[in-house]
Amino acid sequence: MDKTPQTEPRQSWTFSREVNAEIRRAAATGIYDIRGGGAKRRVPHFDDLLFLGASMSRYPLEGYREKCDTSVTLGTRFAKKPIELKIPITIAGMSFGALSGQAKEALGRGATMAGTSTTTGDGGMTEEERGHSEKLVYQYLPSRYGMNLHDLRRADAIEIVVGQGAKPGGGGMLLGQKITERVAGMRDLPQGIDQRSACRHPDWTGPDDLEIKILELREITGWQVPIYIKVGGARPYYDTALAVKAGADVVVLDGMQGGTAATQDVFIEHVGQPTLACIRPAVQALQDLGMHREVQLVVSGGIRSGADVAKALALGADAVAIGTAALVALGDNDPKWEAEYQALGTTHGAYDDWHEGRDPAGITTQHPELGARLDPVAAGRRLRNYLNVMTLECQTLARACGKSHVLNLEPEDLCALTMEAAAMAKVPLAGTDWYPGKPGF
Amino acid sequence: MQSLDMAATDLREVNATLQAQAAQTNQTEWVIENPRGSHAVAVGLDAPIHVTVKGSTGYYCAGMNAQATVHVQGSVGPGVAENMMSGEVIIDGDASQYAGATGHGGLLNIKGNASSRCGISMKGIDIVVHGNIGHMSAFMAQKGNLVVLGDAGDALGDSLYEARLFVRGSVKSLGADCIEKEMRPEHLEILADLLTRAGADATPEEFRRYGSARKLYNFNIDHIDEY
Ligand SMILES: Cc1cc2nc3c(=O)[nH]c(=O)nc-3n(C[C@H](O)[C@H](O)[C@H](O)COP(=O)(O)O)c2cc1C
Repeated sequence: MDKTPQTEPRQSWTFSREVNAEIRRAAATGIYDIRGGGAKRRVPHFDDLLFLGASMSRYPLEGYREKCDTSVTLGTRFAKKPIELKIPITIAGMSFGALSGQAKEALGRGATMAGTSTTTGDGGMTEEERGHSEKLVYQYLPSRYGMNLHDLRRADAIEIVVGQGAKPGGGGMLLGQKITERVAGMRDLPQGIDQRSACRHPDWTGPDDLEIKILELREITGWQVPIYIKVGGARPYYDTALAVKAGADVVVLDGMQGGTAATQDVFIEHVGQPTLACIRPAVQALQDLGMHREVQLVVSGGIRSGADVAKALALGADAVAIGTAALVALGDNDPKWEAEYQALGTTHGAYDDWHEGRDPAGITTQHPELGARLDPVAAGRRLRNYLNVMTLECQTLARACGKSHVLNLEPEDLCALTMEAAAMAKVPLAGTDWYPGKPGF
Repeated sequence: MQSLDMAATDLREVNATLQAQAAQTNQTEWVIENPRGSHAVAVGLDAPIHVTVKGSTGYYCAGMNAQATVHVQGSVGPGVAENMMSGEVIIDGDASQYAGATGHGGLLNIKGNASSRCGISMKGIDIVVHGNIGHMSAFMAQKGNLVVLGDAGDALGDSLYEARLFVRGSVKSLGADCIEKEMRPEHLEILADLLTRAGADATPEEFRRYGSARKLYNFNIDHIDEY
């Protein structure tokens, strides 16, 4: 007898295997999922934009022969010593504690060779980093771990962290496994405890107070070095305007894809706006205040290639910062450690339990043996190569658009592949002269 | 005695002059006249000098102080001696919010009262308040000693780490994970020393000690109500 035809077993879209696995994990442990990295969901991004290139009405520049400048200066508003960079790509703040000393050294080496700056993070300034970074930005965070006069005065710039794209409104987290003796000592905390750093600064609230805080920092550092304000991609128009009002030299704007060392997954995936959606409002705020290019805008969150850099600049940024991509260049999530990723219940590319400190690649760990796997010299060279490639790619695109400086890229050089991207970037949907929200339509 | 008159000298010059004093300076006595509530007065000092401020100041007076003694003959705005590294800061009057925030070392001696969040996130500083302190004081305090001769407001020592809190008067309420602890001889000794250094008219035996119950140090689902 023939078998009665049956329906295929069908998985629910709403209750997917992934969703159900998370429900079971939550039920078993009673704690939210904590992980590193940025948002993993797909959101409108730079991939949804294209450059138009030169044509009848504009002529391109000759590759390699005609100059396409990539230098940028950050902090021209008030600082006596602005930061001069050879390339418009900086290394974002990542904490010692989250990262190993070797990883911090490698970031310093790579950035310095490529002519750009690197940034400290929650947990203070390390010798590895100061020693190997020609230009080092010192983060001023709510936790103030390791904050001290001596390090403040040997910083090339100060970055006041108000928020991060991965978690606008959230504080830091470093779980007990990574609070080794050295990390604990730098943070004035007992070893082995879960450390949750504050989400708000302890001694100011709001932009009026911040203005006075900036005055204090400038008075302490003699008005020499630039002061950046870093915000997560929450309300980019107002956050940028208020940062300018508070006296920032540079605004660092980090969209929701921006990485973090460790945060609740629910925070990473559900708070903040995509990087692409943040840039135009921030640039608009600067333009409305007559401060575009006067106060520089550094954009981060999901920057991976020279194309991403070029698109961010075309939308009005002065530079970008990279976190995750820099770690991948050092060797994070490298397939060569696949057997070990498997043993940790994951696979290369998906490994994000950075807070557990068992990183096979030796980057997001405080374990001496794992840390020793990363050769800071070789990893620094890889980072330099990668930064150089991104720069060359960015120049290639800029030349194709006829620009002799990458900062001459402009929204008119772009079109969008989707309605969403068109609306966010305020550039026309491909094949049209229209974007959603365009005045006059 | 060197004098800097803020009626005639701007803030930048006042701070630059004081910051330029080196460890071996023989100009150790300084007076700031007419501070008129200015912000960021005498910040970032790093030499064993003695600065007397004749009047009240605004935010962040003596911020990040190292080595110097700063004596304010008046009251101070928010964040006095924030992130102090060493030295001594003396306030004859009252202090606003966040006094001694994130301080790493040195002694902050407040003769009057301190407002809310006194000693927030302190990391090794010693703070003596002769009067009362406001709510949420010693929030996330990590290290150092906070001594209060008067009363403490709500939620004292919320999410406290290893800082020691000594209060002579009443405590309106304790914050999450902060408990009263036994006063042992070593604590009486620390307290006696601080009271002497601060010129406080009190004996260690009159105080109670508060500290961390250490229950929030590692996540535990059974303490969910405290998170
Ligand atoms: C491992 C790691 C640690 C981080 N630590 C900090 C930090 O201490 N302070 C901070 O402001 N941002 C921190 N961030 C965020 C980065 O500064 C930056 O905003 C982000 O990584 C940019 O996005 P991207 O990773 O997509 O490039 C961290 C990011 C990572 C990946």
